[in-house]
Amino acid sequence: MLTNNLYNLCGLLLFGMGLFALFACSHLLRKILAVNIMSSGVFLVLIATAYRPLGAGEIDPVPHAMVLTGIVVSVSVTALALILACRVQETSNHSLSQSERNTNDGDSEE
Amino acid sequence: MTIFNSSAWIVAPIIIPLIGGLLCFLWRRDTFFIALFISLANLLSVTTLLRQFLLFGPLRYRMGGWEAPLGIALRLHGPALLMLLMTAVSGIGITLYARGYFSFRISALKHNNRHEQQERFFWPLWLMLWTALNALFLSGDIFNLYVTLELVSVSAAALAALSGKPASQIAAFRYLLVSLLGSLSYLLGVVFVYKTYGILDLEMLRQIATPGPGLQMALTLMTLGLLLKTALFPLHFWLPPAHANALAPVSAILSGLVVKGSFFILFTLWFEIFASSITANALDLIGLLGAGAVIWGSLQAIRQQRLKLLVTYSTVAQLGYLFIAFPLTATENISQEVWTAVTFMVMAHSFAKTAMFMAAGTIFLQVGHDRIRDLAGIRKSLPITSFAYAIAGVNLIGLPPSGGFIGKWLLLTAALTSGQWHWSLVIIAGSLLASVYVFRVVSRLFLTPDEAIIQECRPHSPLQEWPALFLAIIALLLGLIAPYFSLILETTEIVANLAPGGGL
Amino acid sequence: MIIKSRRKNKRRPFDPILLLVLLLTIGLTALLIKANYTIPVTSFGLAAEVARFQPRSGVESPVTAVLLNFRGYDTLLEVMILLIAVIGVWSLTKAPFPQKAVKTSPVQLAVVRLLAPLMCLVAAYLVWQGSHLAGGAFQGGAILGGAGVLLLVAELPWLRTIHSRPLRIGLLIGPLFFLGVALLGIINGRELLTYPGKWSGSLLLLIESTCAVSIGLTLASLFAGGRPADDLIGQTKTPACNREQKRC
Repeated sequence: MLTNNLYNLCGLLLFGMGLFALFACSHLLRKILAVNIMSSGVFLVLIATAYRPLGAGEIDPVPHAMVLTGIVVSVSVTALALILACRVQETSNHSLSQSERNTNDGDSEE
Repeated sequence: MTIFNSSAWIVAPIIIPLIGGLLCFLWRRDTFFIALFISLANLLSVTTLLRQFLLFGPLRYRMGGWEAPLGIALRLHGPALLMLLMTAVSGIGITLYARGYFSFRISALKHNNRHEQQERFFWPLWLMLWTALNALFLSGDIFNLYVTLELVSVSAAALAALSGKPASQIAAFRYLLVSLLGSLSYLLGVVFVYKTYGILDLEMLRQIATPGPGLQMALTLMTLGLLLKTALFPLHFWLPPAHANALAPVSAILSGLVVKGSFFILFTLWFEIFASSITANALDLIGLLGAGAVIWGSLQAIRQQRLKLLVTYSTVAQLGYLFIAFPLTATENISQEVWTAVTFMVMAHSFAKTAMFMAAGTIFLQVGHDRIRDLAGIRKSLPITSFAYAIAGVNLIGLPPSGGFIGKWLLLTAALTSGQWHWSLVIIAGSLLASVYVFRVVSRLFLTPDEAIIQECRPHSPLQEWPALFLAIIALLLGLIAPYFSLILETTEIVANLAPGGGL
Repeated sequence: MIIKSRRKNKRRPFDPILLLVLLLTIGLTALLIKANYTIPVTSFGLAAEVARFQPRSGVESPVTAVLLNFRGYDTLLEVMILLIAVIGVWSLTKAPFPQKAVKTSPVQLAVVRLLAPLMCLVAAYLVWQGSHLAGGAFQGGAILGGAGVLLLVAELPWLRTIHSRPLRIGLLIGPLFFLGVALLGIINGRELLTYPGKWSGSLLLLIESTCAVSIGLTLASLFAGGRPADDLIGQTKTPACNREQKRC
């Protein structure tokens, strides 16, 4: 039971840390990393639900499959977020905190 | 006719756009015709589902032939069917309009490479987004809902960034992060649900869910995530930049369809699956936020100087109405009416907002800007578009016989009969404010310009103007077919589990 | 604007809003942990169900059975998410795959020559192993993607100069095959994703192999962050991005 609790505790702590970093950091890359840490935390809690005490039956494979799905989703989203961050850096010297100025552009053609 | 009775039709709205999206990515030629064919086939499959629904009642489908706790089930109930219909009809309009929009932009000699590239990637992403939305409406599994949510947010963020401008990319980045945060919060909620009950199927959860600390935490997390994705009032900060800076067809998709996806899940969870553990305080809180959204969004919309931003803020306001409906369901005997009202509001808003964004996009392309001050007399050069904008506006205000009117009327009567008259004040105030921001633009459009400052219009295809009018008129006439909708919504119990067999 | 950004850059020692955020997140985490430990554990998940139907799934590994058979629909959608990520990345970037011909050092070349085939072998083994032990399409695909990354950083010519069409076919082969097999169930008059009884084992292996190839290619092209050179329209005419940069 101790292992299980440790997993849960660490997962939720990671979730909280990621959440704080997401709000506190303004750099785009750090935000992406923060979200990744959050999702790792969630996966940790999820995989801990598969735990069974010794002799209480087989471990549950469904959380494994769900975590695998979640990891793949998080990889794809991270890739997309990274390329977006790169494009933001390339086309302007903005950081997210300064973006208000440009939000009023409308659908400008030129 | 046996082929139309096959249970396999329920997967058609998912599989058909999916195949289309893959083909559009692979082929790259005639993508518009693939998309058009796909949208017509999708409409056919949704109509077949409507027929099956009317004959047999709500449907359930076992993916892979595995029964519920182990496998994933799809389910088609009244609200899901109406959402599918909404997506099918709006989708046809958007597909046609996107063709007109892109071919107009490509015909301009400036930057036509960039526009060709945008069109090339628009089609696969749009068809994938369509798949995702249909899968979301049909899903009957709480974890599968997470996967569809992610599918929606990835393709929507990619679409939002398509215009390539720095502003739109920053907005899309923020949009992606926010929806990721929302999905993660939802997923953590799912984890708590699985911890507590050990199953993921929605129907089974509904049967065994009892109020408890685990469920309460799970519901809070899922609600927070979904509210963030639906952009309810204090959490709406990401929506205006993302929707206003995207290409016009993309804005129409994001505002008309995508926000409805997460709202649909939220509504299903609160009022169907976990209805037993919802407290009156939570309902009131959500209603309060909704009222805030109506007032704040409308005031912001009135302040805006740009047409697209005005339309975007009106989305924030209109989403508020959907949440005002929450506290009204507290009284037992009228909750069915509230369901109907919400469905009406969602559908009417979807059609009207799609039409509005299309009209705004056409105006922008033709005039070259969207400063409301300088839009006087556009009616002369773009009569159909101006008309479409005005009709869509009628819907947002909620004048009869539009769908918006029926929705607001039902909400008002529900508020009065349940003795919560304070909500009716907000609804009426919202309508008045909506009429201010709608007429502010419409009166400009229909003004006769004093001098000959009307710009020369470039020739454009009818596809740029007619889809908007088509959708706006559908939204207007929605009120006339209201009885049929309540018929669909009232069919709730699962009558038949269609036997597999009679395959295609 | 400049003043504002300067102010941002100066690091202040104490930020009340940050403190508030910190307190809020700590509070939320504490609530989560508290809720986590008060949940009565009443259920044992779906382990028993999985074990009961395992023999009918066609594979021996329970995780693979859940992933590809019992909850195969999730996996189908998940493969599509990867694909959408690639489409999204391609739609955003104007850069081709790195084109510059760099002289690779012989050491690097020797390492890549040694490692890349080995990684492909490991990937194939992982996919094959997925039917009875831990492993499967995603694990194998990840190793293949790693091999692709290795080739990319070694700047070997053939992956950089790959044409758009074969690459797209490679990216799509897994999803299309999976979808085709899924539709086979409907053609046979049963549900979507129903595998025909005795063939299900070999069909699952085929799905895993094709998906592993596609996933490997997907991950490698996500890493490359660009598109095949012939995929760009009129790259030579107007470098639009340069102009944009100047304007800002």
